[in-house]
Order: sequence, then structure tokens, then C-alpha cells
Amino acid sequence: MAATDVARQVGEGCRTVPLAGHVGFDSLPDQLVNKSVSQGFCFNILCVGETGLGKSTLMDTLFNTKFEGEPATHTQPGVQLRSNTYDLQESNVGLKLTIVSTVGFGDQINKEDSYKPIVEFIDAQFEAYLQEELKIRRVLHTYHDSRIHVCLYFIAPTGHSLKSLDLVTMKKLDSKVNIIPIIAKADAISKSELTKFKIKITSELVSNGVQIYQFPTDDESVAEINGTMNAHLPFAVIGSTEELKIGNKMMRARQYPWGTVQVENEAHCDFVKLREMLIRVNMEDLREQTHTRHYELYRRCKLEEMGFKDTDPDSKPFSLQETYEAKRNEFLGELQKKEEEMRQMFVQRVKEKEAELKEAEKELHEKFDRLKKLHQDEKKKLEDKKKSLDDEVNAFKQRKTAAELLQSQGSQAGGSQTLKRDKEKKNFF
Amino acid sequence: MDPLRRSPSPCSSSRPSSPSTPPCETLGPVGIEAVLDQLKIKAMKMGFEFNIMVVGQSGLGKSTMVNTLFKSKVWKSNPPGLGVPTPQTLQLHSVTHVIEEKGVKLKLTVTDTPGFGDQINNDKCWDPILGYINEQYERYLQEEILITRQRHIPDTRVHCCVYFVPPTGHCLRPLDIEFLQRLCRTVNVVPVIARADSLTMEEREAFRRRIQQNLRTHCIDVYPQKCFDEDINDKILNSKLRDRIPFAVVGADREHLVNGRCVLGRKTKWGIIEVENMAHCEFPLLRDLLIRSHLQDLKDITHNVHYENYRVIRLNESHLLPRGPGWVNLAPASPGQLTSPRPLKVCRGAHDDSEDEF
Repeated sequence: MAATDVARQVGEGCRTVPLAGHVGFDSLPDQLVNKSVSQGFCFNILCVGETGLGKSTLMDTLFNTKFEGEPATHTQPGVQLRSNTYDLQESNVGLKLTIVSTVGFGDQINKEDSYKPIVEFIDAQFEAYLQEELKIRRVLHTYHDSRIHVCLYFIAPTGHSLKSLDLVTMKKLDSKVNIIPIIAKADAISKSELTKFKIKITSELVSNGVQIYQFPTDDESVAEINGTMNAHLPFAVIGSTEELKIGNKMMRARQYPWGTVQVENEAHCDFVKLREMLIRVNMEDLREQTHTRHYELYRRCKLEEMGFKDTDPDSKPFSLQETYEAKRNEFLGELQKKEEEMRQMFVQRVKEKEAELKEAEKELHEKFDRLKKLHQDEKKKLEDKKKSLDDEVNAFKQRKTAAELLQSQGSQAGGSQTLKRDKEKKNFF
Repeated sequence: MDPLRRSPSPCSSSRPSSPSTPPCETLGPVGIEAVLDQLKIKAMKMGFEFNIMVVGQSGLGKSTMVNTLFKSKVWKSNPPGLGVPTPQTLQLHSVTHVIEEKGVKLKLTVTDTPGFGDQINNDKCWDPILGYINEQYERYLQEEILITRQRHIPDTRVHCCVYFVPPTGHCLRPLDIEFLQRLCRTVNVVPVIARADSLTMEEREAFRRRIQQNLRTHCIDVYPQKCFDEDINDKILNSKLRDRIPFAVVGADREHLVNGRCVLGRKTKWGIIEVENMAHCEFPLLRDLLIRSHLQDLKDITHNVHYENYRVIRLNESHLLPRGPGWVNLAPASPGQLTSPRPLKVCRGAHDDSEDEF
């Protein structure tokens, strides 16, 4: 059995073959959907906006539930991101929803670096996914996808134009995530002001080259609705956690002395449009765009940065393994070099230490010799002294014996002498 | 900047009808279900792909079976007869067609293996087949690791391999056992008893039991694999299927009139064997398994298990292979060379701890 001969007949460019009966694969979309339902969906929203614009309230209203969390203060030293994950269930569909919001955005005096934590966060999520994808043993289908699918950018309702902070941040984010700008707290603007505001915002975005997310219009079933919605961007929304009885129904609304703003009333605000677009019509498209456009871009940049290329200068296709190997060898070579260096350093140090120790030894020996000599000198001196002392003692002894001899001789003659002396003494008295 | 990831605090459902709902009851439902429709639309637009491989000796009715399965002339069944010499080497033929039903487009690729098991010495006749399967995995891997990769990587990996067992009535032959052992580790294998009209019902049952016994003795894990059953429903459904595998099938592409109905069948002097009649043969079971209920599952297991296994081996061995341009051709892998991949047992729905190993 020699080599395989695979004759791939594509049949004149994949011709369509008519079916003679019911085969049954029209259940395929259902099979796919059932699989997805059992796996569950995940959706990650990033809310960027200044403190107090109603980000948390809007999320509560959008998903019709109360998410936990306290409102942030204005005294944050820097921009931070707070992320929470929730499991929502509607009929049999489970959704793992992650909401990330900025804390302290726009509160600092110097806002130059405000966008950086956000960009870093988004990149970190891409990085985590890339790491998982590049692993040798990976479990991508059970991996919890934490990449941000949509960024809701909250614009303050000044009524004039975008702030420069907004422009800068949106420009930095537009290549990394799908941005949907919304005008927050829209009940502060009147209708005529709102139209002018929207026009101003869109023109500013266009003139600054900010790519916001356009709802897809290529599929006929949603092209129409998406097309009209595209014209309404940015949406002016209101969020509310309070319910009021209006007419005979309970609905979410905000009550003012001069009237009540109903959240779900299309004439009052664009909340319904936002919910429609975000969740009911385009959730899947948002996820797909994130994966196929933003993530691929990140991946490409990252891999190129790491030194991988698809084709080398001779435009022969490079294999990833080759680059891996080359890098690996390079790395090993470096490691070896470093090892050598360290070894040499070690040897040198040892030598130095040895020399030092030898010197110390020599010194010690000298000291010892010196002390010994001193000791000997002392000993000699002492011996001399002893000798002289002995001589003296001997001399003394001799004198003593001589004296004694003399005494014994003189005691006979001296007896009378003593008497005489005694007499003299007596006579004296 | 540390995103605090709190453990998921389950929020109450947003169904307006249940009494324990939070806030507003008349605020419309959130609409998360709509994502299912979005998925469907996307899937229908993109179309589906399915690659099936049929393996078996010539004359077992493989081409007819494929035609019957997909109710179209996918293969012009050429009985190798007079004038056409039997191929000296095992050749693989692939044909791709696009079939459409109720708006669902399916790009079907059928790979046939004429010459399998036909030679006198059939030693290593599975090598070209394994090589072909691995080559498809290789192709996909190469596309996946490109820097600029396509939006949708064309999937040519073999999703299912239907193995035709000749209806001897005894048990699996050594060739069958060898082949099945090797293939079960790389691809989903569905064994079927071909030309089952030559066996009576009792013979079929006995043959089936013996084959199941053989499979168990040699630790051959055919599709649906027991270790991938996710929940209790799957288990029940799949154990029913496992009881009937291998299916005894008959293929036919001619129609005949039976009781006024037009049915696909084989006409013989002693009667007409209806292909779609459960009392006659188990073709409907095979068709349901392959197309109506488990097609997506076949694709998922190929992608999540077999392809991942291949990828692991490939990336681990990459430093052993010689350098070459772009595509590194993997020689038809003989199992002695490859360290047999551990099937990722708890791969679906539960976290795999095998990453710690690396």
C-alpha cells in the first residue's frame, strides 16, 4: 500500500444536488440551538461614564432586576473598574452576565490617564483568552469568556457637545470594543435640544474618526429595523428603580412635580430602542464582532509583537512551529550564556576568597611566631632572674654559715662581753 | 486595577408571571430568549458542513448507502466490474455537494475508500485512512495558528466514519478489529452491518450481540461514547442507541410500489425489502443518528475531543519534526509512534484538571 491518492472532486465547484425526499437535516439549526442552550450564553457589558450618570440604575432597568452595589463616591484617586458576574435565567435560557463599570471616571483633576485602566482591562481579557487558546491542553468550549462584548459609553446631558475626555476615551476604545454611545439622564434635556445634541454628537464623532458600533444591515430580516435604529444613535435613555402607578399599571418611572417620565414610553426616551437593539436583536452579532474583529486584531498585533510572522522575507510561508523553535533555541542559548557567566563569576569569587583566607593564615602564623619568641624572651629573663636570685641565696647562706661560725667562736668570749655589758647596764642604772 | 470578580450571585428571574419577581411586573421581559433566534438566523446564513467517510470492502453497498441517506445521487455508484481493474493501492475519493432543505444549506463531503481490504495482504491498510484523517486535522490546525486567519475556517475534518461490517454472521474479523481499534481513537466511528438482507432476524440479533461482545473485549469505543454523556437524558437516549449498534442496514436507491405507496427498496423474487421500514432493517435508526439528532453532536465531539487530542500531540511533538515550509506533512501516524491520547473524559460541562499536568 503506497501513498494515499486523495482525489478531491469538488464536482464543478460544489454543485447543488437536488433531494428526492425528506432527509431531515432541517433540524440542524435546532440541534445547534439546543446545544447552545445547554451550554448557556455569556455576555459582558462595560459601562463607561462619569460618576453619577446612572450606570448602575440603567443596568438594573435593562435587566429588570436589582443588582447589588453601592453608589461610588467622587473621591477616587484614580479610575478603577468594578466587575460583577450574574446568572440570569429566562424560560430555559441561561445567561451569564458580567457587568463592568468604571469607578471614579472623570472625577480627577488631571484626567489625562483616565482611559488607561479601561484599555488595560479590555486588553487583559483578550490576553486571558489568547493564553487559553494558545495552551497545549485547552478547554475552550467550557472556558468562561470574559471579553467585553459591548461598551456603553455614557455621555453627560450637557446639551452642547461631547467633552474632550469623552472624545479621547472613545477614540482609544473604538478599535478594541464595540462602542454604543448613549446620552444618560435624558430627562434633563428637552426634545428640541435633544435633536440638536444628537446631531452635534454624531458630527463630532465622525469628524474625529471615532468608529462606533453600527447595527448590521446585511441580513434582510433585521436590516430594516437596524437601519432605522442606526439613525437614532446615540440613544437618549433614562433609568429608574422606582415603580409608580400610572393609569392602572405599575411601571418604572421618575416623578417630578411637573410630570412623570415613563421609562418604557417611546415618546419619552429611547430606552426601549436600546433594549431592543442590545439584547433582542443584536446580542449575537455583538459577540461575533468582538470575536472576529476586535479579538483577531488584538491577537494579530500580539503575535506579531512576539515575533511571529506568517511569511518570512522570502515570502515562503512560515510555520508557527519554526518560529517557536527558533525562539526556543534563542532562549536556551541565552540561558546557557547566563549560566556560563554566573559560573565564571562564582569561580572568581571563590578565588578571591581563597586568597584572602591564605593571607589571613599567613598573618596568623607570623603572629604565632612572634608571640612564641616573646614568650621565650620572657622565659629567659625569668631564668636569669632566678639564677641571680639563687646566687644571692647561696651567697646569703654562705654568709649565714660564716656568721654562725663567728658567733659560736665569739659566744665564749662574748659571754663575758655580755656580762660586761650587763654590768655596765646595771651600773648605769 | 483589579476587577473584583465576585462569585456569581444568582439574580431572580425576569419572568413577569411568577409571584416572586422583583420590581416591575409589567415591564416587558428582558428578551434574552431572542438570542436563540439570532443564533438560528446566523446559522442558517452561514450554512452547515458535514464530512462523512465510508469504509468497507467493495461490494458492501457503501455508495448506495450514501445515496440512500441523502436521498440524492451523491455517488454515481460504479460497481467495479468488467473492464475496471480493482485499484492496486487504497485510494480515497472525496466528493462535495451542497444540499438544501427548507432553507438549511448543508455542505456535504463524502469520502469513499475503494480498495480497502481488497488486497491479498491487507497489512496496514488503515494507514492511508488515518493519514487522510490526520491531514484534515493538520489543515485545520495550520489555519488556526495563522496570524491573520479567516473569519470562518473551512472545516474538512472527518466528523463521522461509517464502517461497514460484512454480514458473515459469525463475529468481527481480525481486519475489522485492527481497523476499529486504531480508528476509534482518532474519529467517531459508527459500525454498521452491511447488506443485512442476507441475515434473518435471529441471525442479526446473534451477530449483533457477538459484535458488541467483540467490541467490549477489545476496548473499542464506538460512537456514541459513554464517557461523553452529559446528563441523564443523554444517557438514556444513548444507551438505547448503544444497545442497537451496530445497525443492520440495507441500502437501496430504486423505488417500488408497495401497497400503493412508493418506497425505496430492494426487489427480490421473494419480496420487497423496504429500506425505511423498521421491521425490515434499521436504516431509519442510522439516518436519525447521523442526521436528525446527532449531527451537531458528532461535529462537537470531533472538534472538542479528537481535534484537541491531535493538537496536543502535534504541539508536543513539534520539536521533533524536521523543519519545513508552511505545511509540515505528518506521515500517516501508526499508533506505535503516537503516544495514545487520553480521551478528555470530563471534557464537557465540567472543568478539566489535565491542564495542571502541563
